[in-house]
Amino acid sequence: MGALKAGIVVFPGTNRERDMAIALERATGRRPAMLWHRDAELPAGLDLVVLPGGFSHGDYLRTGAMAAHSPIMRAVAAHAGRGGLTLGVCNGFQILCEAGLLPGALLRNATLRFLSMDCLMRVERTDTAFTAHYQRGQIIRAPMAHGDGNYVADEAVLDRLEGEGLVAFRYVNDKGEAEPAAALNGAARYIAGIFSENRRILGLMPHPEDLVDPLMGGTDGLPLFESLASAA
Amino acid sequence: MSGTLKARVTVMPKSGVLDPEGKAIAHALGTLGFAGVEDVRAGKVIELALAETDPAKAKAAAEEMARKLLANSVIESFRVEIV
Repeated sequence: MGALKAGIVVFPGTNRERDMAIALERATGRRPAMLWHRDAELPAGLDLVVLPGGFSHGDYLRTGAMAAHSPIMRAVAAHAGRGGLTLGVCNGFQILCEAGLLPGALLRNATLRFLSMDCLMRVERTDTAFTAHYQRGQIIRAPMAHGDGNYVADEAVLDRLEGEGLVAFRYVNDKGEAEPAAALNGAARYIAGIFSENRRILGLMPHPEDLVDPLMGGTDGLPLFESLASAA
Repeated sequence: MSGTLKARVTVMPKSGVLDPEGKAIAHALGTLGFAGVEDVRAGKVIELALAETDPAKAKAAAEEMARKLLANSVIESFRVEIV
């Protein structure tokens, strides 16, 4: 089995690419390639493209709006269109929505505050390349740091996401119950992350890559990267 | 010399979409003592100088730009005026 070959896209203003590289290398044993937003092509044979967190293009216009139209995004869309694994975390999730690779949008947090804190998420399904190493219904901790994590979509889209089992993670309390106090950003249906229809694209607001080593305070994020490692 | 037309694109949060910025402004206005502000919606105005002399073409071009980039149809509506 070959080690998962991953590439991390760096936009001007991206700042979580190193954390992502550490998490991926730890789980896969292979250092991911750093890709520049102006590149028109991806390296050959890439298994996974990651859009990491940060404030690409200064969040001008809307979070992720500028990055979504970068030259590399055409190649990322083609990769995703072939069923290639694609992960967007935080600003990366916002970019995937702006690029139309995932439905919905991320608005300013309902509290109007930038939320820099840990959250709890419930793993909604485990038959995916991203979550196979978790238990269904498992409650995991993840750091979050965002001003725009308020997931919105129209009711029909939300119903479809629920009906087709495309909600990946939901904000919950320590009993595993989804409730408003667990989703301070105001996300619709307490959605922290969603899959594409073929479940090969995952976008989520919290940062599993920042909890992959006991020295970071925990390893709740590691199974996501181990899942990806064994998907290659 | 080629002519220039100015297009003004007004982007607003769709009705029904939560507008935290508008809510914050409404709250601040109340704090300042302005009574009777029932609702505030905050959007943005984008002005484009277009190398175009035909107002209809300029408007169509600005609308295309709004659909592709300036507004996100999931959460925002837009209006284009040639000024």
